[in-house]
This record gives sequence, C-alpha cells and structure tokens, in this order.
Amino acid sequence: MSFPWAQQYKPATEFGQWMDDRLPIGRLVYNSLGAGYPTPRNLNYMWNFGSLAGVFLVVQIVTGIILAMHYAANADIAFDSVEHIMRDVNSGWMIRYAHANGASFFFIAIYLHIGRGLYYGSYKAPREMIWLLGVVIYLLAMATAFMGYVLPWGQMSFWGAKVITGLFEAIPLVGKPIQELLLGGFAPDNAALNRFFSLHYLLPFVIAGVIIMHIWALHIPGSSNPTGVNVKGKQDTVPFHPFYTAKDGWFVGLALIFFTAMMFFMPNALGHADNYIPANPLSTPAHIVPEWYFWPWYAILRAFTFDFLFVPAKLLGVLAMFSAILVWFFLPWLDRSPVRSGDYRPRFKKFFWFGLIPCIAILGYCGGAPAEEPFVMMSQLASAYYFAHFLIILPLLSRIEKPEPLPNSITEAVTGKPLQQAS
Amino acid sequence: MASVDTAVEPSDSTISEPEIGGVRRRDFINIAAVSFAGVGVVATVFPLVNQMNPSADVLALSSIEVDISAIEPGQAIKTSWRKQPIFIRNLTAPEIEEANKVDVSGLRDPQTLAERTQVGKENWLITLGVCTHLGCVPLGAAQGEIKGEYGGYFCPCHGSHYDTAGRTRKGPAPTNLEVPEYSFLTDTVVKIG
Repeated sequence: MSFPWAQQYKPATEFGQWMDDRLPIGRLVYNSLGAGYPTPRNLNYMWNFGSLAGVFLVVQIVTGIILAMHYAANADIAFDSVEHIMRDVNSGWMIRYAHANGASFFFIAIYLHIGRGLYYGSYKAPREMIWLLGVVIYLLAMATAFMGYVLPWGQMSFWGAKVITGLFEAIPLVGKPIQELLLGGFAPDNAALNRFFSLHYLLPFVIAGVIIMHIWALHIPGSSNPTGVNVKGKQDTVPFHPFYTAKDGWFVGLALIFFTAMMFFMPNALGHADNYIPANPLSTPAHIVPEWYFWPWYAILRAFTFDFLFVPAKLLGVLAMFSAILVWFFLPWLDRSPVRSGDYRPRFKKFFWFGLIPCIAILGYCGGAPAEEPFVMMSQLASAYYFAHFLIILPLLSRIEKPEPLPNSITEAVTGKPLQQAS
Repeated sequence: MASVDTAVEPSDSTISEPEIGGVRRRDFINIAAVSFAGVGVVATVFPLVNQMNPSADVLALSSIEVDISAIEPGQAIKTSWRKQPIFIRNLTAPEIEEANKVDVSGLRDPQTLAERTQVGKENWLITLGVCTHLGCVPLGAAQGEIKGEYGGYFCPCHGSHYDTAGRTRKGPAPTNLEVPEYSFLTDTVVKIG
C-alpha cells in the first residue's frame, strides 16, 4: 500500500531477480525502508525517534543475549554472577553498562516519540491503529524494563519486585492470591527471579513483533508530518532512501555519541547505589524509587493518600496509575479536532506546552522525590491536571477551538509555492 | 523544516547515477561515512565476540601446584588442571629403558623421552590426560587399568596406544600426549601451568 508514484523495485542482478520470484525480501525492504516508500518531505527531527528507539531495542537485545551467557538466574548467585560479569568477563562491564544505560536511552527515544505523536496528532484517523500498537509496545517495554531491573538481585531489585507485585494485592478479594501467583511465593525469591528472567528474555521479541505490526500499520496511510496535511502529490514526498535513511543514520550516530559518553563516563548516574547491595528481605532501603522512566506513574500511585467513598487509597492509587496509561488507548476518540498538528491549534498548543508537559515534569520530579510534603500535594495537583488534560481539556478544545488556516499542501508549506499536480 | 526549492525527483538518487568522467564530491562523502561506520562496527563487534573468551576467573585457575612425594616408581596420579586431567607418572628404570630403546625416526610424532621430560627428572612423565585424537581420557594411570600394547596408556574410545613416554604408537591419535608447561619448585612439588 503506497502512493502511485512510489518507485518500483527492480532487482539489479540476475540472482536478485531469482530471489524476488521466490522470496521477495529485497522487495519488502525496498518498499518499507528503501526508495519504494515515499515519505513527506517536511519531516522534522521529531520524526527521528522511532528509528532511534528501534536501534536501542537492537542494542538491548544484542547486549542482553550476551549478558544471559554469563548471568545465573538463581537467588543465591544472581548478585555474584553480575559482579562476575563486571569484574571477570572480558568487556563484561562495558556490555552491562551498555544494557543498563541502553534501557534509559530506549525510554528517552520512546518518550520523545510519544510526545511527537501527542503534539502533532499522529494518533488521529487514519492512524489510530499505529497509536494503539504503540501504547502496547510501551506497556510491554515497561514490563520488560521492570523485570530486567529485578535480575541483578540487589536491594532495589528485590524491593522493586516486592512493591510492584504488591500493586496487584490492592485488587479486592483476589489480590493476595494473584500476588502469590505472580511471585510463586509470599515474597520475591528464586521462583520469581527465574520467571522474571524467562519473561525478560521473551518480551523484547514480542515487542519486536508488535513493532513489525506498528510499521505495517504505518505504511498503510504513510507517515504523518509536521503540518498534519495529507500528502497530495509526488512533490510532497521524497523517497525514504536515501533521504531519511541518511537523516536517521546521522541522528543515530549523534545519539550513540551521547550513549557512549553516558556509558563510559557516568554509567551509574541513572542507577541507584543501593542496587549494589545484595537483596536483603529483612531490610528495606530508606528511600526506594523505581528507575527514572517510571517516576511520573509512581508519583500518581503515591498521590492517592485518602480513601474515596468505599475505595481504599491503595486501590485508588493502583487504578489511577494504570488508568494514566490506559487513557491513551482512548485518545484518538477523546481528541475530536480534525486538525492533526498542534502547530495550527493555538489553544491546544498552549495547553500542551504550559499544561501537559510541565505537569508530567512535575510528576516525574515528585516520583523521584521522597513521599513527603510538599511532593505529595504537588503529585496530587499534577495527577488531577494530567487526567483533566485527557478527559476534559482535549474533548472540550475539539469543540471550542478555532484552528488556524492549514496550508494547501506540504509543498506549499515548505516552499510557499503551490503544489503542481503532476498526475 | 527543510526548504528545498526544486521539486525532488525520485530519480535524483545519487546512488544509481552512472559515473561519468571521474568522481564526485558525494562519492567521497559516501565512502568516508561508510568507512567511519565500518570502523565503528568492527570496534563494537570485537568486545561483543571477545566476551566469549575465557574470563579472568577461569584464567586464574591456570596454574596448580602438586605434591608428588608419595608417588612410587611405577605409579601415576591423575589431577586436574584447567578442568582437564593431568597424568603425573613416576617411570621405573625398565620403562625409561624401553622408551629410550625406540627408534625415534620411525614414530608418527618423533620425540625422545628426554625431550618430553626435564633434565635430571627423566623419571617424571607429566602429560595431559587427553587423548590427542578426540579428547577422551586414556586408561593406564590408575592401578589395574589397561596400559595398551606399549605399556603406557590406552584410549578406549578409538583404540589409540601410547608408550611409556606417552608417545602415540598405534591407533588414530595424531600426536603424542601433550606435555604442559611445568617446573619443579622443589624435588617434591611441581607447578603446572
């Protein structure tokens, strides 16, 4: 499914032709990532983070498979086996630091990718399915990252596992049995560690599968663009290769500079020192926080300190935390504005930059801070605003906002000259 | 946002353009970029493969000290070095004589007993207990085991016979039993590795 002016795949060699008649992998690549995929000519740098997230997923899978060659998923020796990787295995320290920081870079890329979608309305028709699959990828990535953090079996690993599985305990009636089922015991131990390792190895491949569907769905309508205006003619597009392969390639190089700088010069900056203390089921660290990429959701969880009607605070916090992400599944139908790009929505733009973004930043800050005032109050206000943005502000804005006039075409937006319809 | 004034034709792909009369600036950029990426890939792949080599804790096991004072002439012990068996054998005078009697030039892997032992310690035959054919542990070190037709070692897997100097004499083994690097710390303690 592509535009009629897309370049056609022509095998360059006789062998290529022979393959194309039997297993057209070359054609698939050509039409997905090659010259056969016409892409809007006006994509800005916010369109670089999808491919970047993909690169970091590959980094995670490659380094992860290597770490699994040296790691032992056994509560007695897991911690020691990680130290063995750090001290004894050739370049093991580097591979582990690449994996630990790679997770952070994957989430940086994925958050900017999601933010791009939120601002430019990439979730709107006809791209709802791409968005929904993206939310699934994000949920899977969160589960994978959480279980990976448990594997070193340090203090943060252990207490993270205990707290997160404790969330399920909040479910009325069946909560306790569910938690015991997840852990295979009454507290995290060998059974939990082994199943977390098994799933931590499995889920990235599930993510890769969902990414294939995500890209497949993307290639039906083609990429969105900063104007949000549909592609109308050949002049509005450039072939993906060499234009965006080159741009993505250079951007990956740039990102890898930051990644390696982090990996070699401040490898533990995003980690928590307590995770270098072996797991101790009898002593909780004084200040327990998840990894930074979970902080906003963790703040929402802790914002609920009061019972409401008959619902206990514990359950409310859990429900709110899950709802904060699940609300994204309804986003394409909450934001009814026909204008995709925030560039042409004066009020939406203000609510986005001065409402939603600061709100998530505050939640992130509070999630990493101790559970005391003023952070609890700030979390409560920011949580309220977060839900208001999706459930009240976006639906209302779609009704009352008067968007700015859209350009007639991408080409006109870029060059100021009208699009000459070729065909 | 890019501001390209000319409409970009899909055929503008610089890759498929035939080269006419020399190189273009873009060729240089392409080659430079791909070479730089290539160096990066090699530099990245090296540690990713090298991690499979023996790690520091494995290499730390690479030397052992063995007390050989209790081994009487005619006896042998098996010990373990780098997770592999080592045979330490105290040869009897007739065994040494038999090993020296052999015409070395007729052997598959020509070596004298002196070349396989240390000066003044010709009675101590120290070899890996690993058949050079496919890695089984030959018999002959422990009391009562078959020593093969040449009185040394016999590998039951594929029938290789070694003589009293641990040299291959019959069967598929291509070389003599390997002599590891070792030294006598004292008359009764030997350091292997």
